[in-house]
Formats: sequence, C-alpha cells, structure tokens
Amino acid sequence: MLNIRNLHASVEGKRILNGLNLEVKSGEVHAIMGPNGSGKSTLAQVLAGREAFEVTEGSVDWDGVDLLAMPTEERARAGLFLAFQYPVEIPGVSNAYFLKAAVNAIRRQRGLDEYDAMDFLARVKAEMKAVGMKEEFLYRSVNEGFSGGEKKRNEILQMALLEPRLAVLDETDSGLDIDALKIVAEGVNRLRSPERSMIVITHYQRLLDYIVPDQVHVLSEGRVVRSGGRELALELEEHGYGWIKTEPAPAAAGAQGARP
Amino acid sequence: MSTIDTWVGRHHERAASLPGAALPWLLRRRADAIARFAELGWPTTRLEPWRHTSLSFLEQHELQAPESAPHPAATLAAVRSEFGDGGHWLVFVDGRFERTLSVLGGLPAGVVCTPLSEALSKHAEAVEAAFGTADEAASPYALNLALCTDGAFVRLARGTALGAPLHLVFIGATGAADTHLRNLIVAEANTEASIIEHHLGGGSTLGTTVTLVHTAQDARITHLKLQQQDATAIHLAQIKAEQARGSYFASHSLSFGARLARNDIHTRFDGEGCETLLNGLYHVDGRRHVDHHTLIEHASPLGISREYYRGLVDDNARGVFSGRIIVAQDAQRTDAVQRCDNLLLSRMAEADARPELEIYADDVKCAHGATVGQMDEDALFYLRTRGIDEIRARQLLTYAFAAEVLDRIALASLRSSARATLLARLPGGALLEELL
Ligand SMILES: Nc1ncnc2c1ncn2[C@@H]1O[C@H](COP(=O)(O)OP(=O)(O)OP(=O)(O)O)[C@@H](O)[C@H]1O
Ligand SMILES: [Mg+2]
Repeated sequence: MLNIRNLHASVEGKRILNGLNLEVKSGEVHAIMGPNGSGKSTLAQVLAGREAFEVTEGSVDWDGVDLLAMPTEERARAGLFLAFQYPVEIPGVSNAYFLKAAVNAIRRQRGLDEYDAMDFLARVKAEMKAVGMKEEFLYRSVNEGFSGGEKKRNEILQMALLEPRLAVLDETDSGLDIDALKIVAEGVNRLRSPERSMIVITHYQRLLDYIVPDQVHVLSEGRVVRSGGRELALELEEHGYGWIKTEPAPAAAGAQGARP
Repeated sequence: MSTIDTWVGRHHERAASLPGAALPWLLRRRADAIARFAELGWPTTRLEPWRHTSLSFLEQHELQAPESAPHPAATLAAVRSEFGDGGHWLVFVDGRFERTLSVLGGLPAGVVCTPLSEALSKHAEAVEAAFGTADEAASPYALNLALCTDGAFVRLARGTALGAPLHLVFIGATGAADTHLRNLIVAEANTEASIIEHHLGGGSTLGTTVTLVHTAQDARITHLKLQQQDATAIHLAQIKAEQARGSYFASHSLSFGARLARNDIHTRFDGEGCETLLNGLYHVDGRRHVDHHTLIEHASPLGISREYYRGLVDDNARGVFSGRIIVAQDAQRTDAVQRCDNLLLSRMAEADARPELEIYADDVKCAHGATVGQMDEDALFYLRTRGIDEIRARQLLTYAFAAEVLDRIALASLRSSARATLLARLPGGALLEELL
C-alpha cells in the first residue's frame, strides 16, 4: 500500500505540493485529474525521486518502507515505475540496449537470472507486438525522433517489461489516437492484479472508460481537493474544474472526508 | 641561448644525415623552413590562431626521450588486435621506418606505399611535387619540414583503389626526444583509399607531424587519425588537403592522448563540386590540453562541407575547437554545416568552441552551432527511473555522446574498432561492451 501524508514539495523556492494526502491500496487503480499546473507531474516525479523537487514536509510510506529515503534507481528496482508525461530522448543509446539494461537491473534485484541476448529479444518482441510497436524501434535511439504516440507506447512497453508493483502513468493517454489509447488501456489492464497498484494521471474521462479506476482524485494547487468514484470524472468532464475551485475551503475538507 | 637557437643548431647538426640530403631542392626548402621557424619562434597567444594554445613554454621546455617504454612490437600488436590483422601496415618507431614491423604485401598494381626516406630516391619527382613548402606554414610545421626524418609516401595511380585500409603507425619509444614526420598522400583521379594514422607512446617528447593530401578529380580519400600518446607528450600536427573537382575528403580526428595536442586541419576546394567531412572527437582528462584548429576553404562553387566535432572534457583539462570556414566570392551554391558540442565532465574542465565564418558569396547555405554543457539531467533521471545506477547511467550517456561521432565513420570495420578504442578509455567501458 502507498500512503502519502501531508506532502509538501517545492522547486527553486516555489511551493508546488501543499499538503497532499493520498492512499492507494494494493490492487487498486486511482485516477488523478486536475487543471494544468496543479502539481500532478510534480507528484509523479517526487514519487520517482527527482532531486530537483525538494520535499519540505510530509511522508510517503510504501509497504512499510520510507519511499522518500530511497534513491531513484532503488525505487525502480523495488518495483516503482513512472511513465513520463514527456519521455526523454537519449541520442546514441539504442532502445534495445536501454530496455535490456533496465530489465536486467530489475531482474537482478528480484533474484532472477539476467536475460541473455536471445531470451531478451524473444521477450521484448512479444511485448512489442502487444503494444503495436514495430521491431525497428529496438534499433533506434531511445525515443529520439519518435512521434508523441510512439513515445507513449514505448513507455507502456517498458512498463510491461518491468512488471512494476506500483505504476504511475503521467498523461500516457495525451496525444494518442483512439487505437493507441485502447492499446495503452489494454497494457494497463493486463497488468492489473491484486499485488499491483496504479496511479493514472489524465485529463480525459475517456481513458477511464477503458481503465476503470477504483477512485478518482482532483488535484488543485498541490492538494487533493476532492475524491470520489468514477462518476467524479464524468462530473468534471461536464462542468470543468471551475465549480471545485469556486467552492471555499470546506471543499478541500470534504475531499479529505471522502477518503476511505 | 634560447631554444630557438637550439633548434637551428639541431638543423645544422642533422642536415647532412637527413634523408634527401643530396637533393638540392630539398636542401633549399629545409634551409628556408628553418629560417622561417627561427624568424617566427614558437607561436604565442598573441597570434589569433593560437589564442587558446601558447607554445611559448617550449622555449624553456626540456625534452626527454623516455627512459623506458614498452617494446614497439608489443605496442603494435595491441593496435593490430584492435584493428584486425588485415590491411597494410607501415610502422615508424622514433621517427624512423621499421621494416621488420611493417606489412606491405599485396598492394594493388598502381599503388605505391613506401617510407618517404625511400621514395625520395625512387619517386623523386612525385615527392618533390607533393612535398610542400614552409612558405606560409605556422612555425611548428616549418620546423617539421626542416627536420623531418621520414613518414609515408602513398600514391594511387589513376583509377586505383586500396581495398583494405592502410595503417600508418607512429610509435615513440626510447630513441628520440623529438620526432618529425611527414606523410604525402597523392591520390590521382578516380581513386579511393582509407588511411589511418596511429600515434602512440612518446614519453615527454615533442612530435610534429604533417600530412599533405592531394586529391585529384573524383578521388575519395578517408583519413582517420587516432592519437593516443602518453599524457606527457607534445603533439603538433597538420593535415592539409587540396581537393580537385568532384573529390571527397573525410578526416576523422580522434584525439585521446598527449599532454598537449594541436591539430591543424585544413582543406581547400580547388574545383567545383568538392565534398568534405571533418569529423572529430576529443577526450581530454587530467591536465591535458587539446586544440583542433580547422579551416575549410570553399574556393570553388557547389562545394559541400560537413564538420562535426565533439569534446569530452574532464578533470582540469581543456578542449579547444575553432572552425574557420571561408566561402570565396565565386564559391556560389556552397553548402556548409558546422557543429561543435562539448560535454564537461568536471567542474574544473574548460572548453572553448568557436565558429568563424567568412562568407563572400551570396548564394550560400551555411549553418553552424557550438555548445558547451553538462550532462543532460533529464536523461540521467530517466535512466535511473529504469533501475540503472547513477554511475552507470553517467557512463552510458558519456559514451553515447561521444559515440555519435564514430557513427560517421563509413567503413564498418574501422567504426567498430574506433568504438572499441573509445570504450577501452572510458570508465566503465568494459560494462558497456554490448553497445558495440
Ligand atoms: N523545474 C521547475 N521550475 C519551476 N517551476 C516548475 C518546475 N517544474 C514544475 N514547475 C511548476 O510547478 C507547477 C506544477 O507543475 P506540474 O508539471 O506538476 O503540473 P501538472 O499538474 O502536471 O500540469 P499539466 O496538466 O500541464 O501536465 C507549474 O506551475 C509549473 O510551472
Ligand atoms: Mg503534467
């Protein structure tokens, strides 16, 4: 279980997360929505360990360990996966090498044998097929020159290969055509299991037709201001965020109350 | 007595025993050259092309032949295992041709490949025509002409091609405190060859090298220089190409060694439709200093030049690049691209990258850019979120940055040897081997 309590984070002196609370149980999928700039990606990056964001207060407990005390790579090896809103291009490093290095780093940690070149290729090709990626993407530099949608598929491919215990998907659906969206959703649904938790950040209720969340949260100014079932997403779709923001402080209190 | 006089003295002492001492034209050129050197002295930062690299310390500098050095045969064996046993090998130790280490069988008919010291008698006229003068040379290269003891003479008769690369190996051992080598490459029309210069060893010696490349119409010459001397050596080198109509000249300069290395690389388009690629990589660490000073003269129309340099600068080292491109008034429809990017690997490292474009024609495409930066934090974070250790991620990104330069080496076998050489130098390289 992931338990985020009173999380405050800032970057270059600017406060972005302001007392965020969130609890995600094993096996649950939570959706996070919220206006641009409300801190969704910041939360995702803080969970993954981006050092540029300074955590000034609060805690993140992940199955009894202090997540914030772990370096980024250890979090990954312990089963945390972040699908980036903006996947990074790495010229000169082939996707194949990158994927293999990542998979083997995680297999080592889990006490599994590292894949040799043959086993890895067989595995990665099967997963690529599932996310509709052509084999040539193995031999191109990581994300370099990939279209927006291709980058997102590459993130889902990595998630499938790394089999995380906690996956955070930051707007993986943005910029995808409807077919790609379904592929992403299938990728997520395939991984759904009682041991796995997921946080899906999105602007579109559309995605939640395919990935049915256990809970939906609305982030505003670095705080969860409202939580509810999937019907909350429909309400947001209809009314926008204005009605949440215009409600005074009790709205936030209500959101806290709505947490299980 | 200043060391300038010492050098003039050395010229007098050695003149009679230098190769070609019986050739009046050569005696004259050597005399002119030493006179030019004496007049100019070592370059200082007051000279624009030497703004970042002063050689005035050479006035006081004690040169010393290494007291001990690995056996040249062992040094050569290491290179040959990296570059494969094929190809043609011309080996020089301490500035002298080493016949027993060289492998020159199976040259195609019409291809001459011999030490300059022998070519002076066997191919006197061709050597004289290709030898060059010191008239406009920077002083170190004038000194080179005055004192050169040997080098390679390569001539490709019209229409011939060297199927396998020709390796010129220059090893500094215990025999000399200064070496001066001159390579002449004469590519007649419609010829093709790949020539690799390896520079190794050297202790605290001074080495000058001048390589003159004459590419006739439609000739295609690829030159790769791999410089890996000891971190105490001083290396001053010029590569100068003259290109006739429709010719192609590629220079790959990989600078991994010497305490101070200066590479002057210059090509001139003397006919229409020439093409050049100046491609380079320097990895400088410790207190070393590497300076690439390049000049592309678009003297004729329809020329294409591509210039890409990258630097990895670590510790207290300094990397310098300056890229001059001159487009003459009638060099219309010139297409020139120049880039230099530097990755600083430590806080004390320093890099200077300077484009200098002089464009006198009006119908020209000319793009240039230069950067000096640190490692991409976003890429580093991305790799770490995939479970890759920070230190490994840094090594990987460092290698990837540099390896892109090597991707431009067209010949696959050379490219992979160059990659292996780079990996062997970089920390953690062995772990990245599957990148090859
Ligand atoms: N490195 C940074 N330096 C300064 N400000 C930053 C930095 N990173 C994020 N911010 C600011 O923090 C705020 C929250 O950004 P964040 O990316 O978390 O928003 P978001 O909710 O993900 O928005 P979007 O829906 O547009 O993706 C924004 O105002 C943003 O400008
Ligand atoms: Mg965002």
